[in-house]
Amino acid sequence: MEELVNLFHGFAVALQPFNIMVMILGIVLGVIIGVLPGLGGANGVAILLPLTFSMPPTSAIIMLSCIYWGALFGGAITSILFNIPGEPWSVATTFDGYPMAQQGKAGEALTAAFTSSFVGALFAVVMITLVAPLVASFALRFGPAEKFAVYFLAFCSFVGLSKEPPFKTIAAMMIGFALAAVGLDSITGQLRLTFGSTELLNGFDFLIAVIGLFGIGEILLTMEEGLAFRGGKAKIDLRVVVQTWKQMPQYWITSLRSCLIGCWMGITPAGATPASFMSYGIAKRVSKHGHNFGKGEVEGVIAPETAAHAAGTAALLPMLSLGVPGSPTAAVLLGGLLIWGLQPGPMLFVEQKEFVWGLIASMYLGNLVGLIVVLTCVPVFAAILRVPFSIIAPLILVLCAIGAYSVHSSTFDVVMMLVFGVVGYLLKKCNYPLAPLVLAIVLGDKAEEAFRQSLLGSQGSLGVFFSNTLVGTIMVLGLVALFWSLIQQGYTRLRTAVA
Amino acid sequence: MTTNSPDAGPTHKAVEAGVTLLIALFGAIVIYGSVKAGINWGAEGPRAGFFPFYVGIFIIASSAINLWNGLRDGDDALFAEWGQLRQVMSVVLPTAIYVGVMPFTGLYLASIIFIGWFMRWLGKYSWLVVTAVALGMPIVTYLIFERWFLVPLPKGPIEEWLGL
Repeated sequence: MEELVNLFHGFAVALQPFNIMVMILGIVLGVIIGVLPGLGGANGVAILLPLTFSMPPTSAIIMLSCIYWGALFGGAITSILFNIPGEPWSVATTFDGYPMAQQGKAGEALTAAFTSSFVGALFAVVMITLVAPLVASFALRFGPAEKFAVYFLAFCSFVGLSKEPPFKTIAAMMIGFALAAVGLDSITGQLRLTFGSTELLNGFDFLIAVIGLFGIGEILLTMEEGLAFRGGKAKIDLRVVVQTWKQMPQYWITSLRSCLIGCWMGITPAGATPASFMSYGIAKRVSKHGHNFGKGEVEGVIAPETAAHAAGTAALLPMLSLGVPGSPTAAVLLGGLLIWGLQPGPMLFVEQKEFVWGLIASMYLGNLVGLIVVLTCVPVFAAILRVPFSIIAPLILVLCAIGAYSVHSSTFDVVMMLVFGVVGYLLKKCNYPLAPLVLAIVLGDKAEEAFRQSLLGSQGSLGVFFSNTLVGTIMVLGLVALFWSLIQQGYTRLRTAVA
Repeated sequence: MTTNSPDAGPTHKAVEAGVTLLIALFGAIVIYGSVKAGINWGAEGPRAGFFPFYVGIFIIASSAINLWNGLRDGDDALFAEWGQLRQVMSVVLPTAIYVGVMPFTGLYLASIIFIGWFMRWLGKYSWLVVTAVALGMPIVTYLIFERWFLVPLPKGPIEEWLGL
């Protein structure tokens, strides 16, 4: 009941005129970011983060999270109209969305995509409203060993659930941890891994890494492919919207299933991309129209879009309640909290009620505003894509440079951004996942601190991570996640052996 | 396909092996730095190099496995064609120059030249369009970042002369 009162206060905060203004601004910027190649949710938010330095934290997080929702919506536009996924999580949307557009059903596909995005997000926000306070109050009891166990679980899920080879995931993650360790050691106050360079005293900022890895890296990939846009016309009128909405309730099972998959994949840091693929795959196998998937089936648009949006939203649950972001974009938002002087984690729910509930309320409103904006403005956003890449690319590169510079007002950071960009291009081409690398840079210091404090308490014995049921359970869950693919393989082998 | 055809390029296998070795080298540097910082226990508990030391070990161990897996793979697909890599370099090199001169010229002048170069040489636009975009973007940036959101950006001698 107390949550409901808090939520009402949150709505009062989110409905202030200034906050509504930044909400709409955020959504529009977000959709543009989602539509443009080379700018994605994570680096788009990272570039625009400095703009919020002078805002009150609540307005700032509303704007940044709305950019995130906008980017989630925007990815669908390019997938359906141009067969170019603006974001990795909308790849699965191209499978049926683009064929629908070719058959002249672009409006229907877009309406279905936007509506299911909204449904997925709404489901996840309701889940956050109900579950986040519980998780947070539970997590207040966590000591250093439990904290480390949660980080351990988060990183193990990456290894077990990502589609990249596990040892590449581990390598990428460890590079992130190593980069996080550079600079001043927070416990002993000693310098390490700086090799006498003054620029490295403060270590590597993950915002720079995000802008370089995702922004510059993506532009280099696009350059290599030599993009040429050829796309269909985009027009949505009210008649098509109403017609599609009438059709959608018959797919409620697909929607519900996709919501659940999305929430699960969002909380465990697997993220929106695998969620959308998994949801599409299962829908294809289960649906009675399954044979028609890939040829323009509206259910094949609903499934991935619902799951992607649910996952993207659910990724904020562990970020808010535990201080462990579920996706790179959530990680950037967490970085924002630190910059605004807030300590992410369970204490937020106690100390910063207005902030937390304002954010949660803005998720409801932001997604509603987003739905309206994208439904009414699709032609405008599609027109952006017709601007040639040789104009867009230098503008995005300059924007990335501005974003990288303004984090610490340092030109050295801009150089680092380019280095990260080339590294990101190479790693991506060689099938290394970038998300765990970024998350490791963000969480590296905290994970290390928790690890060393636990060991201090136990005089160096690793037994501390199994010393009580709570920490033991989380660690075992982590190990299960780590070896998940092996367990699955063993299970299928066992079944074939028995049969 | 002969090596002289226009579709030639480095194989994926070779580049991946190179990247893996670079990662392993990075791991070695991390281990070296950690040992210098101290990896054992001190009066205050585990010393500064303790955690990164094991991180470095993990990097080298996983790189060894990745290298083994990569070389065992019989696939000899291309990493990219030379022409594609030239495209990539045509972005990387100018960006490197852009980033390199920024401390001296400031962001605005560097951006104008960079956008102009990119559009004129890679996009082949008329000077009118090039000038409009190359001047327009920094002006809009100035208004949004410095005027409205009060975020200072690097400036050079020209901005000083203009008194901005």
